[in-house]
Amino acid sequence: MITAERKPLEELIECLKPYRRILLAGCNECVTVCAAGGRKEVGILSSALNMHFMKEGKPLEIKEITLERQCDPEYLEQLAPQMDQVDAVLSMACGCGVQEVARRFKETPVFPALNTKFMGASERPGMWAERCQGCGDCVLGSTGGVCPISRCSKQLLNGPCGGSTLGKCEVNPDIDCAWQLIWDRLKALGKTELYEENLPAKDWRPGRGAGPRKILREDLAS
Amino acid sequence: MKTESTLEKILASGHLAVTSECGPPRGAQPQKVREKAEMLRGVVDGVNVTDNQTAMVRMSSLAACIIIRQMGLNPILQMVSRDRNRLAMQSDIIGAYSHGIDTMLCLSGDHPKFGDHPMAAGVHDIDSVQMVEMVKNMRQEGRFQGGEKIDGPPQMFIGAAANPFADPFELRVARLAKKVKAGVDFIQTQCIYNVDKFEKWMQGVRDRGLHEQVYILAGITPMKSVGMARYMKNKVPGMDVPDELVKRMGGVPKEKQAEEGIKICLETIERLKGVEGVRGFHLMAIEWEHKVPEIVERAGLLPRPVEQANPQVGTGNA
Repeated sequence: MITAERKPLEELIECLKPYRRILLAGCNECVTVCAAGGRKEVGILSSALNMHFMKEGKPLEIKEITLERQCDPEYLEQLAPQMDQVDAVLSMACGCGVQEVARRFKETPVFPALNTKFMGASERPGMWAERCQGCGDCVLGSTGGVCPISRCSKQLLNGPCGGSTLGKCEVNPDIDCAWQLIWDRLKALGKTELYEENLPAKDWRPGRGAGPRKILREDLAS
Repeated sequence: MKTESTLEKILASGHLAVTSECGPPRGAQPQKVREKAEMLRGVVDGVNVTDNQTAMVRMSSLAACIIIRQMGLNPILQMVSRDRNRLAMQSDIIGAYSHGIDTMLCLSGDHPKFGDHPMAAGVHDIDSVQMVEMVKNMRQEGRFQGGEKIDGPPQMFIGAAANPFADPFELRVARLAKKVKAGVDFIQTQCIYNVDKFEKWMQGVRDRGLHEQVYILAGITPMKSVGMARYMKNKVPGMDVPDELVKRMGGVPKEKQAEEGIKICLETIERLKGVEGVRGFHLMAIEWEHKVPEIVERAGLLPRPVEQANPQVGTGNA
Protein backbone atom coordinates (compact mmCIF):
# COMPACT_ATOMS: atom_id res chain seq x y z
CA MET A 1 0.00 0.00 0.00
CA ILE A 2 0.87 3.68 -0.14
CA THR A 3 1.98 4.92 3.26
CA ALA A 4 1.82 8.43 4.60
CA GLU A 5 2.28 10.49 7.74
CA ARG A 6 0.36 13.55 8.80
CA LYS A 7 2.13 16.88 8.49
CA PRO A 8 2.82 18.79 11.71
CA LEU A 9 -0.22 20.71 12.96
CA GLU A 10 1.66 24.04 12.78
CA GLU A 11 2.24 23.61 9.05
CA LEU A 12 -1.45 22.90 8.44
CA ILE A 13 -2.53 25.87 10.56
CA GLU A 14 -0.22 28.12 8.54
CA CYS A 15 -1.71 27.12 5.18
CA LEU A 16 -5.32 27.40 6.44
CA LYS A 17 -4.94 30.89 7.91
CA PRO A 18 -6.41 32.77 4.92
CA TYR A 19 -9.55 30.58 4.88
CA ARG A 20 -12.64 30.27 7.05
CA ARG A 21 -14.65 27.37 5.56
CA ILE A 22 -12.70 24.15 5.12
CA LEU A 23 -13.60 20.80 3.65
CA LEU A 24 -11.49 18.19 5.42
CA ALA A 25 -11.49 15.12 3.19
CA GLY A 26 -10.20 11.71 4.28
CA CYS A 27 -9.69 8.59 2.19
CA ASN A 28 -10.83 5.10 3.04
CA GLU A 29 -8.00 3.27 1.26
CA CYS A 30 -4.25 2.99 2.01
CA VAL A 31 -4.06 5.99 4.34
CA THR A 32 -6.82 4.50 6.48
CA VAL A 33 -4.84 1.28 6.82
CA CYS A 34 -1.68 3.14 7.82
CA ALA A 35 -3.72 5.31 10.20
CA ALA A 36 -2.78 8.62 8.60
CA GLY A 37 -5.85 9.93 6.77
CA GLY A 38 -8.95 7.80 7.38
CA ARG A 39 -12.24 8.71 9.04
CA LYS A 40 -10.71 8.53 12.52
CA GLU A 41 -7.78 10.79 11.63
CA VAL A 42 -10.15 13.25 9.96
CA GLY A 43 -12.03 13.52 13.27
CA ILE A 44 -8.85 14.00 15.30
CA LEU A 45 -7.40 16.64 12.97
CA SER A 46 -10.73 18.45 12.77
CA SER A 47 -10.87 18.76 16.58
CA ALA A 48 -7.27 19.95 16.80
CA LEU A 49 -7.79 22.62 14.13
CA ASN A 50 -11.08 23.73 15.67
CA MET A 51 -9.46 24.08 19.05
CA HIS A 52 -6.57 26.13 17.70
CA PHE A 53 -8.60 28.56 15.60
CA MET A 54 -11.19 28.93 18.36
CA LYS A 55 -8.45 29.95 20.79
CA GLU A 56 -7.20 32.47 18.25
CA GLY A 57 -10.71 33.94 18.12
CA LYS A 58 -11.09 33.05 14.42
CA PRO A 59 -13.22 29.91 14.45
CA LEU A 60 -13.05 27.67 11.38
CA GLU A 61 -16.06 26.06 9.81
CA ILE A 62 -14.89 22.52 9.07
CA LYS A 63 -16.94 20.00 7.11
CA GLU A 64 -15.70 16.43 7.45
CA ILE A 65 -16.02 13.81 4.77
CA THR A 66 -14.20 10.54 4.06
CA LEU A 67 -14.37 9.17 0.54
CA GLU A 68 -14.03 5.54 -0.47
CA ARG A 69 -11.09 6.60 -2.70
CA GLN A 70 -9.86 10.07 -3.57
CA CYS A 71 -7.86 8.79 -6.55
CA ASP A 72 -11.00 7.67 -8.37
CA PRO A 73 -13.26 10.13 -10.28
CA GLU A 74 -16.34 8.09 -9.41
CA TYR A 75 -15.98 8.68 -5.65
CA LEU A 76 -14.60 12.19 -6.04
CA GLU A 77 -17.99 13.36 -7.30
CA GLN A 78 -19.29 13.14 -3.75
CA LEU A 79 -17.32 16.31 -3.01
CA ALA A 80 -19.07 18.31 -5.73
CA PRO A 81 -22.17 19.39 -3.73
CA GLN A 82 -19.90 20.78 -0.97
CA MET A 83 -17.61 22.82 -3.15
CA ASP A 84 -19.55 26.07 -3.33
CA GLN A 85 -19.77 26.13 0.48
CA VAL A 86 -16.04 25.94 1.22
CA ASP A 87 -13.00 28.20 0.70
CA ALA A 88 -10.45 25.39 0.58
CA VAL A 89 -10.02 21.63 0.74
CA LEU A 90 -7.60 20.00 3.15
CA SER A 91 -7.08 16.52 1.77
CA MET A 92 -5.96 13.67 3.99
CA ALA A 93 -5.36 11.37 1.00
CA CYS A 94 -1.97 10.48 -0.44
CA GLY A 95 -0.46 12.74 -3.12
CA CYS A 96 -2.50 10.93 -5.78
CA GLY A 97 -5.78 11.83 -4.10
CA VAL A 98 -4.76 15.45 -3.51
CA GLN A 99 -3.96 15.83 -7.21
CA GLU A 100 -7.25 14.31 -8.30
CA VAL A 101 -9.15 16.77 -6.09
CA ALA A 102 -7.15 19.61 -7.68
CA ARG A 103 -7.81 18.28 -11.19
CA ARG A 104 -11.57 17.89 -10.67
CA PHE A 105 -12.22 21.13 -8.77
CA LYS A 106 -10.20 23.77 -10.55
CA GLU A 107 -11.58 26.79 -8.67
CA THR A 108 -10.95 25.63 -5.10
CA PRO A 109 -7.50 25.53 -3.49
CA VAL A 110 -6.51 22.13 -2.10
CA PHE A 111 -3.79 21.50 0.49
CA PRO A 112 -2.15 18.21 1.45
CA ALA A 113 -2.53 17.27 5.10
CA LEU A 114 -0.16 14.32 4.70
CA ASN A 115 3.36 13.67 3.54
CA THR A 116 3.15 10.65 1.24
CA LYS A 117 6.05 8.31 2.03
CA PHE A 118 6.41 5.06 0.15
CA MET A 119 4.91 1.82 -1.10
CA GLY A 120 5.35 -0.55 1.78
CA ALA A 121 4.04 -3.23 4.06
CA SER A 122 3.23 -3.46 7.74
CA GLU A 123 6.14 -5.20 9.49
CA ARG A 124 4.33 -5.23 12.84
CA PRO A 125 1.47 -3.26 14.39
CA GLY A 126 2.27 0.43 14.11
CA MET A 127 5.24 0.02 11.78
CA TRP A 128 5.41 0.22 8.00
CA ALA A 129 8.50 -0.35 5.89
CA GLU A 130 9.40 0.41 2.30
CA ARG A 131 9.15 -2.49 -0.14
CA CYS A 132 8.79 -1.24 -3.71
CA GLN A 133 9.93 1.67 -5.86
CA GLY A 134 7.72 0.86 -8.82
CA CYS A 135 10.70 0.32 -11.14
CA GLY A 136 8.36 -1.23 -13.69
CA ASP A 137 10.48 -4.33 -14.31
CA CYS A 138 10.36 -6.57 -11.26
CA VAL A 139 13.54 -8.47 -10.31
CA LEU A 140 12.15 -10.23 -7.21
CA GLY A 141 12.29 -13.59 -9.01
CA SER A 142 16.10 -13.50 -9.06
CA THR A 143 16.59 -11.97 -5.62
CA GLY A 144 14.74 -14.40 -3.42
CA GLY A 145 11.67 -12.18 -3.08
CA VAL A 146 13.60 -9.29 -1.47
CA CYS A 147 13.90 -6.09 -3.50
CA PRO A 148 17.43 -4.64 -3.66
CA ILE A 149 16.22 -1.48 -5.40
CA SER A 150 13.92 -0.41 -2.62
CA ARG A 151 15.66 -2.07 0.32
CA CYS A 152 19.39 -1.55 -0.28
CA SER A 153 20.43 2.00 0.65
CA LYS A 154 22.70 2.09 -2.41
CA GLN A 155 20.24 0.34 -4.67
CA LEU A 156 22.92 -2.27 -5.47
CA LEU A 157 21.79 -4.97 -7.87
CA ASN A 158 24.98 -6.90 -7.08
CA GLY A 159 25.47 -6.39 -3.36
CA PRO A 160 26.24 -6.46 -0.55
CA CYS A 161 28.62 -3.51 -0.24
CA GLY A 162 31.49 -3.51 2.24
CA GLY A 163 29.40 -1.86 4.93
CA SER A 164 27.10 -4.77 5.78
CA THR A 165 27.59 -5.58 9.47
CA LEU A 166 25.84 -8.38 11.35
CA GLY A 167 22.92 -8.23 8.94
CA LYS A 168 22.50 -4.48 9.25
CA CYS A 169 23.07 -1.58 6.85
CA GLU A 170 25.93 0.86 7.45
CA VAL A 171 23.53 3.75 6.93
CA ASN A 172 21.44 2.90 9.98
CA PRO A 173 21.42 -0.14 12.29
CA ASP A 174 17.61 -0.08 12.13
CA ILE A 175 17.81 -1.00 8.44
CA ASP A 176 18.28 -4.66 7.55
CA CYS A 177 20.98 -5.26 4.92
CA ALA A 178 18.88 -6.19 1.88
CA TRP A 179 21.65 -8.40 0.52
CA GLN A 180 21.92 -10.31 3.79
CA LEU A 181 18.17 -10.94 3.52
CA ILE A 182 18.54 -11.97 -0.12
CA TRP A 183 21.40 -14.32 0.70
CA ASP A 184 19.55 -15.89 3.66
CA ARG A 185 16.51 -16.45 1.49
CA LEU A 186 18.50 -17.92 -1.42
CA LYS A 187 20.07 -20.33 1.06
CA ALA A 188 16.67 -21.31 2.43
CA LEU A 189 15.47 -21.94 -1.12
CA GLY A 190 18.60 -23.91 -2.03
CA LYS A 191 19.23 -21.42 -4.86
CA THR A 192 22.54 -19.86 -3.82
CA GLU A 193 23.85 -20.26 -7.37
CA LEU A 194 21.56 -17.37 -8.35
CA TYR A 195 23.78 -15.02 -6.33
CA GLU A 196 26.68 -15.26 -8.76
CA GLU A 197 24.58 -14.46 -11.79
CA ASN A 198 25.43 -10.80 -12.21
CA LEU A 199 22.35 -8.68 -12.63
CA PRO A 200 22.89 -6.38 -15.63
CA ALA A 201 22.72 -2.58 -15.54
CA LYS A 202 19.08 -1.73 -15.17
CA ASP A 203 16.99 -0.17 -17.90
CA TRP A 204 15.21 2.58 -15.97
CA ARG A 205 12.75 3.37 -18.76
CA PRO A 206 9.94 1.16 -17.38
CA GLY A 207 10.43 3.19 -14.18
CA ARG A 208 10.66 6.96 -14.06
CA GLY A 209 13.37 7.00 -16.75
CA ALA A 210 10.98 7.73 -19.60
CA GLY A 211 9.01 10.39 -17.79
CA PRO A 212 5.66 10.17 -15.98
CA ARG A 213 4.01 6.83 -16.71
CA LYS A 214 0.57 5.69 -17.74
CA ILE A 215 -1.04 2.29 -17.98
CA LEU A 216 -3.59 1.89 -20.76
CA ARG A 217 -5.77 -1.20 -20.86
CA GLU A 218 -7.58 -1.16 -24.19
CA ASP A 219 -9.96 -3.87 -23.00
CA LEU A 220 -11.16 -1.64 -20.18
CA ALA A 221 -10.92 1.74 -21.90
CA SER A 222 -14.22 3.28 -22.91
CA MET B 1 48.80 -7.33 -21.82
CA LYS B 2 45.39 -5.76 -22.03
CA THR B 3 46.53 -2.15 -21.60
CA GLU B 4 49.54 0.16 -21.44
CA SER B 5 49.09 0.61 -17.70
CA THR B 6 52.33 0.68 -15.72
CA LEU B 7 50.54 -1.11 -12.90
CA GLU B 8 49.57 -3.91 -15.25
CA LYS B 9 53.16 -4.21 -16.53
CA ILE B 10 54.52 -4.53 -13.03
CA LEU B 11 51.91 -7.03 -11.94
CA ALA B 12 52.27 -9.08 -15.12
CA SER B 13 56.04 -9.25 -14.65
CA GLY B 14 55.49 -10.86 -11.27
CA HIS B 15 56.79 -8.03 -9.11
CA LEU B 16 54.94 -7.12 -5.94
CA ALA B 17 53.16 -3.91 -6.87
CA VAL B 18 52.82 -0.91 -4.58
CA THR B 19 50.07 1.68 -4.82
CA SER B 20 49.12 4.46 -2.49
CA GLU B 21 46.57 7.21 -2.47
CA CYS B 22 46.15 10.92 -2.68
CA GLY B 23 42.97 12.52 -1.37
CA PRO B 24 42.35 15.73 -3.34
CA PRO B 25 41.94 18.99 -1.38
CA ARG B 26 38.63 20.57 -0.41
CA GLY B 27 39.25 23.63 -2.51
CA ALA B 28 41.00 24.94 -5.60
CA GLN B 29 44.51 24.11 -4.37
CA PRO B 30 46.34 22.30 -7.15
CA GLN B 31 49.64 22.74 -5.27
CA LYS B 32 48.29 20.47 -2.50
CA VAL B 33 47.78 17.69 -5.04
CA ARG B 34 51.33 18.20 -6.31
CA GLU B 35 52.77 18.21 -2.78
CA LYS B 36 51.03 14.97 -1.81
CA ALA B 37 51.81 13.23 -5.10
CA GLU B 38 55.45 14.38 -5.11
CA MET B 39 56.06 12.46 -1.86
CA LEU B 40 55.10 9.29 -3.72
CA ARG B 41 57.45 9.74 -6.67
CA GLY B 42 59.66 6.70 -7.11
CA VAL B 43 58.06 4.80 -4.23
CA VAL B 44 54.78 3.60 -5.72
CA ASP B 45 53.59 2.27 -9.07
CA GLY B 46 50.23 4.02 -9.02
CA VAL B 47 48.54 6.78 -7.08
CA ASN B 48 44.85 6.25 -6.33
CA VAL B 49 42.99 9.52 -6.47
CA THR B 50 39.85 9.32 -4.38
CA ASP B 51 36.45 10.43 -5.67
CA ASN B 52 34.69 12.61 -3.07
CA GLN B 53 35.88 10.20 -0.39
CA THR B 54 33.59 9.74 2.64
CA ALA B 55 30.96 11.61 0.58
CA MET B 56 32.69 14.97 1.16
CA VAL B 57 33.08 17.38 -1.74
CA ARG B 58 36.67 17.60 -2.95
CA MET B 59 38.50 18.52 -6.13
CA SER B 60 37.32 15.97 -8.69
CA SER B 61 39.33 12.80 -9.02
CA LEU B 62 39.68 13.39 -12.76
CA ALA B 63 41.10 16.92 -12.33
CA ALA B 64 43.57 15.77 -9.66
CA CYS B 65 44.53 12.75 -11.82
CA ILE B 66 45.41 15.11 -14.69
CA ILE B 67 47.63 17.18 -12.40
CA ILE B 68 49.39 14.02 -11.21
CA ARG B 69 49.74 12.69 -14.73
CA GLN B 70 51.34 15.97 -15.81
CA MET B 71 53.92 15.38 -13.08
CA GLY B 72 54.88 12.15 -14.82
CA LEU B 73 53.33 9.88 -12.18
CA ASN B 74 50.69 7.20 -12.72
CA PRO B 75 47.34 8.23 -11.28
CA ILE B 76 44.57 5.68 -10.70
CA LEU B 77 41.18 7.28 -11.29
CA GLN B 78 38.73 6.29 -8.58
CA MET B 79 35.08 6.54 -9.58
CA VAL B 80 32.02 6.01 -7.39
CA SER B 81 28.55 5.17 -8.63
CA ARG B 82 27.06 7.48 -5.99
CA ASP B 83 27.73 10.72 -7.86
CA ARG B 84 27.41 9.88 -11.56
CA ASN B 85 25.08 8.15 -13.94
CA ARG B 86 26.41 6.01 -16.77
CA LEU B 87 26.61 8.94 -19.20
CA ALA B 88 28.76 11.02 -16.85
CA MET B 89 30.96 8.00 -16.00
CA GLN B 90 31.68 7.13 -19.60
CA SER B 91 32.43 10.70 -20.65
CA ASP B 92 34.83 11.09 -17.72
CA ILE B 93 36.50 7.78 -18.56
CA ILE B 94 37.07 8.91 -22.14
CA GLY B 95 38.28 12.27 -20.83
CA ALA B 96 40.64 10.61 -18.38
CA TYR B 97 42.10 8.32 -21.02
CA SER B 98 42.54 11.27 -23.37
CA HIS B 99 44.79 12.76 -20.68
CA GLY B 100 46.87 9.59 -20.45
CA ILE B 101 45.12 8.11 -17.41
CA ASP B 102 44.92 4.39 -18.11
CA THR B 103 44.06 2.80 -14.76
CA MET B 104 40.91 3.16 -12.73
CA LEU B 105 39.06 1.80 -9.71
CA CYS B 106 35.29 1.17 -9.79
CA LEU B 107 33.47 1.68 -6.48
CA SER B 108 29.96 2.18 -5.17
CA GLY B 109 31.14 4.90 -2.74
CA ASP B 110 30.23 5.83 0.81
CA HIS B 111 26.60 6.73 1.37
CA PRO B 112 25.89 10.51 1.38
CA LYS B 113 24.83 10.11 5.00
CA PHE B 114 28.48 9.96 6.05
CA GLY B 115 29.55 13.17 4.34
CA ASP B 116 28.94 16.90 4.38
CA HIS B 117 25.96 16.74 2.00
CA PRO B 118 23.71 14.16 3.69
CA MET B 119 20.75 15.83 1.95
CA ALA B 120 22.09 14.87 -1.49
CA ALA B 121 20.47 12.17 -3.64
CA GLY B 122 22.70 9.16 -4.37
CA VAL B 123 22.68 8.41 -8.10
CA HIS B 124 23.36 4.64 -8.18
CA ASP B 125 22.29 4.29 -11.79
CA ILE B 126 24.64 1.29 -12.00
CA ASP B 127 26.59 -0.48 -9.26
CA SER B 128 30.31 -1.22 -9.01
CA VAL B 129 30.01 -4.68 -10.59
CA GLN B 130 28.11 -3.21 -13.54
CA MET B 131 30.65 -0.37 -13.77
CA VAL B 132 33.48 -2.91 -14.12
CA GLU B 133 31.58 -4.63 -16.90
CA MET B 134 30.85 -1.32 -18.63
CA VAL B 135 34.52 -0.25 -18.60
CA LYS B 136 35.59 -3.70 -19.81
CA ASN B 137 33.15 -3.54 -22.72
CA MET B 138 34.34 -0.03 -23.58
CA ARG B 139 37.86 -1.50 -23.85
CA GLN B 140 37.24 -4.98 -25.27
CA GLU B 141 34.22 -4.41 -27.47
CA GLY B 142 34.78 -0.72 -28.13
CA ARG B 143 31.15 -0.10 -27.23
CA PHE B 144 29.36 2.27 -24.93
CA GLN B 145 27.12 0.78 -22.29
CA GLY B 146 24.15 1.78 -24.45
CA GLY B 147 25.51 -0.35 -27.30
CA GLU B 148 26.86 2.24 -29.79
CA LYS B 149 30.42 1.97 -31.10
CA ILE B 150 33.11 4.18 -29.57
CA ASP B 151 35.39 6.06 -31.92
CA GLY B 152 38.64 5.65 -29.99
CA PRO B 153 37.80 3.31 -27.10
CA PRO B 154 39.59 3.99 -23.79
CA GLN B 155 41.91 1.13 -22.77
CA MET B 156 41.53 1.15 -19.02
CA PHE B 157 43.21 -1.30 -16.62
CA ILE B 158 40.26 -1.97 -14.36
CA GLY B 159 40.32 -2.23 -10.59
CA ALA B 160 37.70 -2.72 -7.91
CA ALA B 161 37.60 -3.04 -4.15
CA ALA B 162 36.98 -6.06 -1.97
CA ASN B 163 36.23 -6.10 1.72
CA PRO B 164 37.02 -9.52 3.21
CA PHE B 165 35.84 -8.31 6.62
CA ALA B 166 32.26 -7.25 5.94
CA ASP B 167 29.30 -9.53 6.52
CA PRO B 168 28.19 -12.06 5.58
CA PHE B 169 31.71 -13.53 5.47
CA GLU B 170 30.57 -16.57 3.49
CA LEU B 171 29.59 -14.23 0.63
CA ARG B 172 32.86 -12.35 0.44
CA VAL B 173 34.63 -14.73 -1.93
CA ALA B 174 31.47 -15.00 -4.05
CA ARG B 175 31.24 -11.21 -4.30
CA LEU B 176 34.83 -11.17 -5.58
CA ALA B 177 33.86 -13.87 -8.07
CA LYS B 178 31.10 -11.59 -9.37
CA LYS B 179 33.63 -8.84 -10.01
CA VAL B 180 35.96 -11.30 -11.72
CA LYS B 181 33.09 -12.44 -13.89
CA ALA B 182 32.38 -8.79 -14.76
CA GLY B 183 35.98 -8.47 -15.96
CA VAL B 184 37.97 -6.83 -13.18
CA ASP B 185 41.77 -6.86 -13.61
CA PHE B 186 42.97 -5.96 -10.12
CA ILE B 187 41.58 -5.67 -6.61
CA GLN B 188 42.56 -3.39 -3.76
CA THR B 189 41.26 -4.72 -0.46
CA GLN B 190 39.90 -2.97 2.61
CA CYS B 191 42.56 -2.22 5.27
CA ILE B 192 43.82 -5.46 6.76
CA TYR B 193 44.29 -5.64 10.54
CA ASN B 194 42.82 -9.07 11.16
CA VAL B 195 45.40 -11.04 9.19
CA ASP B 196 44.01 -14.43 10.24
CA LYS B 197 40.63 -13.58 8.77
CA PHE B 198 42.26 -12.19 5.63
CA GLU B 199 44.21 -15.45 5.18
CA LYS B 200 41.01 -17.39 5.57
CA TRP B 201 39.44 -15.26 2.83
CA MET B 202 42.49 -15.77 0.59
CA GLN B 203 42.18 -19.51 1.12
CA GLY B 204 38.62 -19.28 -0.22
CA VAL B 205 39.88 -17.15 -3.12
CA ARG B 206 42.55 -19.76 -3.98
CA ASP B 207 40.13 -22.67 -3.58
CA ARG B 208 38.17 -21.19 -6.48
CA GLY B 209 41.26 -20.26 -8.47
CA LEU B 210 40.28 -16.60 -8.44
CA HIS B 211 43.84 -15.55 -7.52
CA GLU B 212 44.88 -16.64 -10.99
CA GLN B 213 42.25 -14.48 -12.65
CA VAL B 214 42.73 -11.22 -10.78
CA TYR B 215 45.67 -9.42 -9.16
CA ILE B 216 44.98 -8.83 -5.47
CA LEU B 217 46.65 -5.91 -3.71
CA ALA B 218 46.41 -6.08 0.07
CA GLY B 219 45.12 -2.88 1.69
CA ILE B 220 47.31 -1.49 4.45
CA THR B 221 46.65 1.54 6.65
CA PRO B 222 49.17 2.46 9.37
CA MET B 223 47.57 3.60 12.61
CA LYS B 224 48.86 6.86 14.06
CA SER B 225 47.58 6.43 17.59
CA VAL B 226 45.48 4.27 19.86
CA GLY B 227 42.67 6.79 19.29
CA MET B 228 42.73 6.04 15.58
CA ALA B 229 42.77 2.29 16.29
CA ARG B 230 39.67 2.64 18.47
CA TYR B 231 37.97 4.85 15.90
CA MET B 232 38.65 2.36 13.10
CA LYS B 233 37.42 -0.48 15.26
CA ASN B 234 34.22 1.15 16.48
CA LYS B 235 33.17 3.75 13.97
CA VAL B 236 34.15 2.63 10.48
CA PRO B 237 31.62 0.22 8.93
CA GLY B 238 33.12 -3.01 7.66
CA MET B 239 36.46 -2.55 9.46
CA ASP B 240 37.90 -5.37 11.58
CA VAL B 241 40.52 -4.26 14.12
CA PRO B 242 41.31 -7.02 16.63
CA ASP B 243 41.36 -6.08 20.34
CA GLU B 244 44.99 -7.13 20.69
CA LEU B 245 46.07 -4.46 18.18
CA VAL B 246 44.20 -1.76 20.07
CA LYS B 247 45.82 -3.03 23.28
CA ARG B 248 49.26 -3.06 21.67
CA MET B 249 48.86 0.53 20.45
CA GLY B 250 47.62 1.61 23.87
CA GLY B 251 50.47 -0.23 25.58
CA VAL B 252 53.16 2.20 24.40
CA PRO B 253 53.56 5.86 25.43
CA LYS B 254 51.69 8.38 23.28
CA GLU B 255 54.82 9.72 21.56
CA LYS B 256 55.79 6.20 20.46
CA GLN B 257 52.39 5.12 19.17
CA ALA B 258 53.00 6.34 15.62
CA GLU B 259 56.16 4.21 15.39
CA GLU B 260 54.28 1.26 16.88
CA GLY B 261 51.59 1.71 14.21
CA ILE B 262 54.23 1.61 11.49
CA LYS B 263 55.83 -1.48 13.05
CA ILE B 264 52.45 -3.23 13.01
CA CYS B 265 51.94 -2.33 9.38
CA LEU B 266 55.45 -3.56 8.45
CA GLU B 267 54.82 -6.86 10.25
CA THR B 268 51.52 -7.19 8.38
CA ILE B 269 53.20 -6.57 5.02
CA GLU B 270 55.93 -9.11 5.84
CA ARG B 271 53.39 -11.76 6.74
CA LEU B 272 51.24 -11.03 3.68
CA LYS B 273 54.24 -11.34 1.35
CA GLY B 274 54.06 -15.03 2.13
CA VAL B 275 50.38 -15.42 1.27
CA GLU B 276 49.88 -17.00 -2.12
CA GLY B 277 47.76 -14.78 -4.35
CA VAL B 278 48.78 -11.47 -2.74
CA ARG B 279 50.38 -9.59 -5.64
CA GLY B 280 51.15 -6.30 -4.00
CA PHE B 281 50.15 -3.68 -1.47
CA HIS B 282 47.86 -0.70 -1.45
CA LEU B 283 49.00 1.77 1.22
CA MET B 284 46.26 4.05 2.45
CA ALA B 285 48.13 6.39 4.80
CA ILE B 286 45.23 8.69 5.56
CA GLU B 287 46.57 12.26 5.91
CA TRP B 288 49.94 10.66 6.56
CA GLU B 289 51.22 10.48 2.98
CA HIS B 290 54.73 11.59 3.96
CA LYS B 291 55.21 8.31 5.82
CA VAL B 292 54.62 6.20 2.72
CA PRO B 293 58.23 6.38 1.39
CA GLU B 294 59.56 5.26 4.78
CA ILE B 295 57.07 2.38 5.00
CA VAL B 296 57.81 1.21 1.46
CA GLU B 297 61.53 1.34 2.13
CA ARG B 298 61.40 -0.41 5.51
CA ALA B 299 59.10 -3.05 3.97
CA GLY B 300 61.89 -3.86 1.51
CA LEU B 301 59.82 -2.84 -1.48
CA LEU B 302 62.31 -0.34 -2.94
CA PRO B 303 63.48 0.33 -5.56
CA ARG B 304 60.35 0.15 -7.69
CA PRO B 305 60.86 -1.95 -10.83
CA VAL B 306 60.12 0.45 -13.67
CA GLU B 307 60.56 4.06 -14.57
CA GLN B 308 57.68 6.41 -14.00
CA ALA B 309 55.41 7.17 -16.94
CA ASN B 310 56.24 9.72 -19.57
CA PRO B 311 54.79 13.08 -18.53
CA GLN B 312 53.48 13.78 -22.02
CA VAL B 313 49.72 14.19 -21.91
CA GLY B 314 46.79 14.42 -24.24
CA THR B 315 47.94 11.81 -26.73
CA GLY B 316 45.25 9.35 -25.84
CA ASN B 317 47.74 6.59 -26.42
CA ALA B 318 49.42 6.37 -23.05
